[in-house]
Amino acid sequence: MIQEFKKIWKSYAIGLVWLFGLLWPLLGIHPDGTLSFGKTFTVWLYIACGSFVCLLLYLMNKSGGLRVVTTPLAAARDKAGTFYGTVPVWVWLGVALVLACIFPLFTSRYAQDVAINVLIYVCLGLGLNIVIGLAGMLDLGYIAFYGVGAYSYALLNTTYGMSFWVCLPFAALFAGIAGCIIGYPTLRMRGDYLAIVTLGFGEIVRLILNNWMELTNGPNGILGIKVPSIYIPSFENGFHFELFHLKKLYYLYYVALFLAIVTIISVYRLNYSRIGRAWESIREDETAAELMGVNTFLLKLLAYAMGATFAGLAGAFFSSRMRFVSPESFTFLESAMVLCMVVLGGMGSIPGIILGVAALIVLPEAFREFELYRMLVFGLAMVVMMLFRPAGLIPAQRVGTRSEEKEG
Amino acid sequence: MSAEPILELKNVYSSYGRIKALKGISVKVFPGEIVAMIGANGAGKSTTLMAICGVVPIETGEIIYNGKPIHGTNAEKLPPMGLCQVPEGRRIFPRLTVEENLELGAFYRKERAAIDDDLAHVYDLFPILKERRRQQGGTLSGGEQQMLAVARALMTRPKVLLLDEPSLGLAPLIVQKIFDIIATVNEEEGTTILLVEQNANMALQAAQRGYVLETGTIKMEDEAGALLHNPEIRKAYLGE
Repeated sequence: MIQEFKKIWKSYAIGLVWLFGLLWPLLGIHPDGTLSFGKTFTVWLYIACGSFVCLLLYLMNKSGGLRVVTTPLAAARDKAGTFYGTVPVWVWLGVALVLACIFPLFTSRYAQDVAINVLIYVCLGLGLNIVIGLAGMLDLGYIAFYGVGAYSYALLNTTYGMSFWVCLPFAALFAGIAGCIIGYPTLRMRGDYLAIVTLGFGEIVRLILNNWMELTNGPNGILGIKVPSIYIPSFENGFHFELFHLKKLYYLYYVALFLAIVTIISVYRLNYSRIGRAWESIREDETAAELMGVNTFLLKLLAYAMGATFAGLAGAFFSSRMRFVSPESFTFLESAMVLCMVVLGGMGSIPGIILGVAALIVLPEAFREFELYRMLVFGLAMVVMMLFRPAGLIPAQRVGTRSEEKEG
Repeated sequence: MSAEPILELKNVYSSYGRIKALKGISVKVFPGEIVAMIGANGAGKSTTLMAICGVVPIETGEIIYNGKPIHGTNAEKLPPMGLCQVPEGRRIFPRLTVEENLELGAFYRKERAAIDDDLAHVYDLFPILKERRRQQGGTLSGGEQQMLAVARALMTRPKVLLLDEPSLGLAPLIVQKIFDIIATVNEEEGTTILLVEQNANMALQAAQRGYVLETGTIKMEDEAGALLHNPEIRKAYLGE
């Protein structure tokens, strides 16, 4: 026991010395050439005190000193767990749906804006989840399909004046076709090679959008995209349908909510289907899947195209909401962001990904005051997450494990 | 034993890049028999099976199954034709449950009732799998994983079953059990079995005929009993 404590304190002390060595060049060396230690030392002291308290709590917890606190907490959690278990799932889903529906009634424009962002990224994250979480292919150029969807709607709308709802399937279709075109030559590769190639293709799509001046107006982007509109019945001057533009933000929120729900339901259905099972077998062992009669090439292509389709839907909505698209929205950083959401939330788990998306969009908004340290905290949070919950916030449950048959 | 082989390899050549793995392999497997293929590491045993299954492409030669050439056919088309392999190192799907693993064996089939029948049948053969059917494949022990791999292949209803080193890394008792089941499957269902093994003793005892592979060529071909008593084989592969 004593030995163990010694070990922990020793590595802790070494870690602190290291931290000081890292902090000083950042905070102590000034651009005008002067050196100072004061500020570094205060920051370092704060961190040291904070981590010391954490470590102490951890050690006490380990040796049972905190049992007074943890036992009632665990009991409460168990109670909550059993309560959660007794209420059927559809009640929770219903509550979530109602909350989502009445959300705009109580919130500001800003909150609605953030919520719309979350919903768009839910579509993207769940689409990418098909490729990464189910079929197990690392795709670093995913945002390209989002771009294809966005530009499909932007171009069809500004050139031919086609409405949002007509363009939506087209945007999905074009993104799916783009997925097939990119997927066909690349999917013969596996693992790391595939990741690099998809990264390259993602960049190619962005560069095409950036440089094809005649079609996409290059870096200037496309302006004047119409928002979605619906026909509503009107009783003035007799009964007829009136075209109604969904210009208010909370109308757009409902459109986004609709798209997100469609995505969630389809991904859920795919997850539990024969195709979903086959995708998982490919993720687990491609050669074995092939030997069992799974057409791996076709199914991988399908996974890629399906993922792209959902990105296309999200893209079409994105351009209709912004009323403007430019290639800048489709950089590699966006791909990486969506990937982070999927990994953070839990690959293959739908509630996990929704939570991951919400965390990665809402938290940076909430921490806007810390401006400079935002990305630092973001990075730190990712590292801590991967250390303590490597399978994600809500790890995927085994697909196909029916709860009533868990025993035996 | 009928005169027409159900599976025949005629002078098959294959290579990985510049390394020649198979240098003219000719093998005949007749319906209903167990054929063993023995040889040291790197003799080309697994490559032969992978070539039959279309995972490793062949350069020249012919692979004929049921009277039709199958070289160049995609791997996933073979299980519906009744040809299935239990790959080396088991290669089950670790994060899928035992039952899901088995259902993937029946992936190409759609008639639910027949699949359920087969499921019950393999559970009869391997009662331990029934006990563990809700467990993830990766949490099984090595022997259980091998049973799962065999059971998964049986779910494709194979006419010819290719087994690659079913004894790899298993305790002698478990190996015996696996071989018993192989014999049962062969007797009761008439499944033809091509068995690749380093454990020459076990394999030749189970088989009717045997081939000895050495650096990509067939060195010897005989009745299994004769090979088992061949002094040269005993010296090279049975450690005498």
